[in-house]
Amino acid sequence: MTKPLLELKDVVLKVNRHTPEEITILNHLNLTVNEGDFITLLGSNGAGKSTLFNAIGGDLTIDSGQILLKGKDISHESVEKRTRFLARVFQDPKLGTAPRMNVAENLLLAERRGQRRRLVPRRLNKQLDRYQKITATMHNGLDQRLTTATGNLSGGQRQALSFLMATLKRPEILLLDEHTAALDPQTSQDLMHLTNQRVQEERLTCLMITHHLEDALTYGNRLIVLHHGQVTFDVSGAEKAALTTEKLYSFFADIE
Amino acid sequence: MSLIVSSIGQGLLWAVLGVGLFLTFRILDFADMTVEGTFPLGAATAVMAISHGMNPLLATLLAFAVGALAGLITGLLYTKGHIPILLAGILVMTACYSVNLRIMGRANVSLLGKNTLFKNHFLASLPQYFDSVVLGTIVMVIITTIVIYFLQTELGQGFIATGDNQTMARSLGINTDNMKIMGLMVSNGLIAFGGALVAQNNGFADVNMGIGIIVIALASIIIGEVAFGDLTLNQRLVAVTLGSILYRFVLLIVLKLGFQANDLNLISAIILAVCMMLPVFKNVLNFKHLLKRGLDTND
Repeated sequence: MTKPLLELKDVVLKVNRHTPEEITILNHLNLTVNEGDFITLLGSNGAGKSTLFNAIGGDLTIDSGQILLKGKDISHESVEKRTRFLARVFQDPKLGTAPRMNVAENLLLAERRGQRRRLVPRRLNKQLDRYQKITATMHNGLDQRLTTATGNLSGGQRQALSFLMATLKRPEILLLDEHTAALDPQTSQDLMHLTNQRVQEERLTCLMITHHLEDALTYGNRLIVLHHGQVTFDVSGAEKAALTTEKLYSFFADIE
Repeated sequence: MSLIVSSIGQGLLWAVLGVGLFLTFRILDFADMTVEGTFPLGAATAVMAISHGMNPLLATLLAFAVGALAGLITGLLYTKGHIPILLAGILVMTACYSVNLRIMGRANVSLLGKNTLFKNHFLASLPQYFDSVVLGTIVMVIITTIVIYFLQTELGQGFIATGDNQTMARSLGINTDNMKIMGLMVSNGLIAFGGALVAQNNGFADVNMGIGIIVIALASIIIGEVAFGDLTLNQRLVAVTLGSILYRFVLLIVLKLGFQANDLNLISAIILAVCMMLPVFKNVLNFKHLLKRGLDTND
């Protein structure tokens, strides 16, 4: 359980390089994610949370330092290559699904995440029964809409589908970028429950950005606070369980 | 009667362009101007190859390959060179003009007395204009079948996803740059193939024959969609061919009304503009009806 899966060593990431507006977003950041960790990630706007995800995902290239997966340097691997071990759910429900393709087609696409797309028939019909069962676990009517274009789903259904797609083929690392933030409180809570359930069942290694202090405390075995591009707070296990919102608030007041 | 047969034949031959453009305009979701250059490029390639004694079928396939090459250049400029797709297309289109003049040596080359696809024994034995109907049908059945098959493959699904949601496609490990390049290559290959067919049908290739091609190809796509309404992706591909034939009928009527062939580009542009604005008109005219329908659906 405590083997390091993902390591960020002295990672520096700047934007607007070589211009007067150059800003250092990740500032010599160090972070070790162990296998089976469910980390909730807090931090004010501009702290570098999303940038951290983009650096791990490969959308942004780091300026110096190293990103290691099981000891192997992946700092310069392309986004496409990293999807072999990495799955993401975005905050915006529109980003996670293909709107003109139906639910089953989206699931089929997700099932080949990181694998070569071959010139062979997709064989969608064979999967329909299985997809029906999987979508039924979401308890939001998604299983009744397998042949509906995802553009016609509700935001909650789309986001639940995005989450399913991310976990359909087991990722070694799951990145959740405020994936419930755009939903109404009830739908948001439902999806959080489902997320937790699935992460526990599948023993997924997961990093979750959230602005909900309650969620950050309730879920996961480890809590991290990012500030000015560095990890300023990192608790896990019993220490995390003893944490309260009041303590977190006072911590945030201290660092500002 | 013969005018109607002729229109159907022309519609079938020109439908290749509609299917080619469908791949970029409807699936990848951008307008590729390269086609204005690749259409005469395909015509020039086929005509010159035939003039030098090449088998017409091989010459037509060669036109596809040359068109695909032009599409590759647009694709590289767009994905690797980060040039906006509209400009990348215009650059290659402009460059094609010079290339076409180089290939042909002059502005217009005739196929008079040369062998063409339309001069094989079977097609030549048919009544007038039926040759293009038969050849066009064969070509469209083959091309539409291949495209439909491709779109249902794992690769084809990745291709569709790229146009539908690039962020998602990338996050699932689909190389979106390669998908766009592939789409541009096949699309321009098909357009050049269409250029080769039209040139053999007309009996000549002209360096200016590409002007307005994108409007004609778009017209077959849009008219097909307007005429047949809600369709699945596969049905929409078939609708492109029917749209292309309908478009020829419209042109026939316009000519019968007394307009000249020189007016056709203007007429085509107007037809396309009107068809593309139909949803706007519908919203204005059927506002109440639409409002009611919006209240009826519960989600």
